[in-house]
Amino acid sequence: MKYLTEYRDPELVDKYLREIEKATTRPWALMEFCGGQTHSLVKNGLVNMLPDKIRLVHGPGCPVCVTPLGVIDQALQLAFKKGVILCSFGDMLRVPGTEKSLLQARAEGAGVRFFYSPMEAVQLAKDNPDKEVVFFAVGFETTAPANALSVLHAQQYGLNNYSLLTSHVLVPPAMRAILEDEDSHIDGFLGAGNVCSVMGLEEYEPIVEDYHIPIVVTGFEPVDLLQGILMLVAQLEKGVARLENQYSRVVPYEGNPAARAVIWQVFEPTHQEWRGIGIIPGSGLKMRPAFAGYDANVKFSLAPRAIPDSQECIAGEVLRGHKKPPDCPHFGKKCTPLNPLGAPMVSSEGACAAYYHLMGEV
Amino acid sequence: MCLAIPGKIRSIEQADGLIRRAKVVFGSIVKEAYLDMIPQAREGDYVLVHAGVAINLVNEEEALKTFAHLEQYGGLEDLLPEKTANGGR
Ligand code: SF4
Repeated sequence: MKYLTEYRDPELVDKYLREIEKATTRPWALMEFCGGQTHSLVKNGLVNMLPDKIRLVHGPGCPVCVTPLGVIDQALQLAFKKGVILCSFGDMLRVPGTEKSLLQARAEGAGVRFFYSPMEAVQLAKDNPDKEVVFFAVGFETTAPANALSVLHAQQYGLNNYSLLTSHVLVPPAMRAILEDEDSHIDGFLGAGNVCSVMGLEEYEPIVEDYHIPIVVTGFEPVDLLQGILMLVAQLEKGVARLENQYSRVVPYEGNPAARAVIWQVFEPTHQEWRGIGIIPGSGLKMRPAFAGYDANVKFSLAPRAIPDSQECIAGEVLRGHKKPPDCPHFGKKCTPLNPLGAPMVSSEGACAAYYHLMGEV
Repeated sequence: MCLAIPGKIRSIEQADGLIRRAKVVFGSIVKEAYLDMIPQAREGDYVLVHAGVAINLVNEEEALKTFAHLEQYGGLEDLLPEKTANGGR
């Protein structure tokens, strides 16, 4: 297993593993919410190094994976529209829509561009006043400031040919939905550090209280993740439930209020469909009516499209933490990163892709 | 796509009107990042950058540590232009 020798702090990793082992007397199911954390846990082999009593359940925290099929089809529809350039993050490239992906659409001549930042799409709109530029704005709270800011910049530049097709998701309502789900028995959450860098920690306090569940906001490195797990186990073994910040050296309790102000200036909460999971109340962001001119849904009169997911892919169960990717009959066979049946096989933050790449490295 | 990557502000320019944009150095890669969310940022500061926007300040030691980690584990692919060109992998 080549990854074991690659840690920068092998002793520290060992030390935490031993401490977790020592602290754990009962079985605990812990969910790391964020796909970046799943990726790190799987890639670094930590999933196999923890004591058997610790069951890691991978959360739905991959925005690419939970973007609904119907919205991807809307993006495809716009991409094939004359005079429209549909832009998004590179991760959205291969996500399968009902019939094709954006990558296939581009090969067929549709107007599709991929950018690192929505700001590049604003520039494209500025340079091409005769084109309609639509940014397919997916993401969690970490990405919402950039997407919102692109609209404010477009407004400052006086552009009327830039708009967002939004499919934004929020962590706290999804945590609540997971806790309400009778089939998932989660004892503690590792919270997503990057999300809290923007949102702060305050909004997690009521979840800890309402469900008496510990949440530890955690970073992405092996040592961070192990320390977060240890902090969760310590609380659980003592029977307490608190909000703790393992990542305080990066994430201030208050997050970034200026970034939140930009989010709430442009967006408001909405009921959001999560691919494979369904609608979670208040778990998404849509554009405020004041920004209707920058809302692709309004601009192009897009009809809502609820499209059922493929029967073959069990992504819903994987995203809810009921099953692990290798439990899927298509995993690594009919479904691979180059030929994904479902979205969790597409993004490197998707659980199925993370497990697939791990198998390649062992 | 959710990772925020720490980098050092090399220079700040007034892009258009009131919009401030920085050149941020990530190892050997230089990218532009908008500073609207951290108006207090100065040259030499370390910032967490996500999708072309600086989302928060971060101290130097932490920035260097996190960056080294991302570099080691392939967390920098979002920054690379080839990602767009060759379709993401
Ligand atoms: S392996 Fe493929 S088909 Fe199976 S759940 Fe994951 S994405 Fe869906």
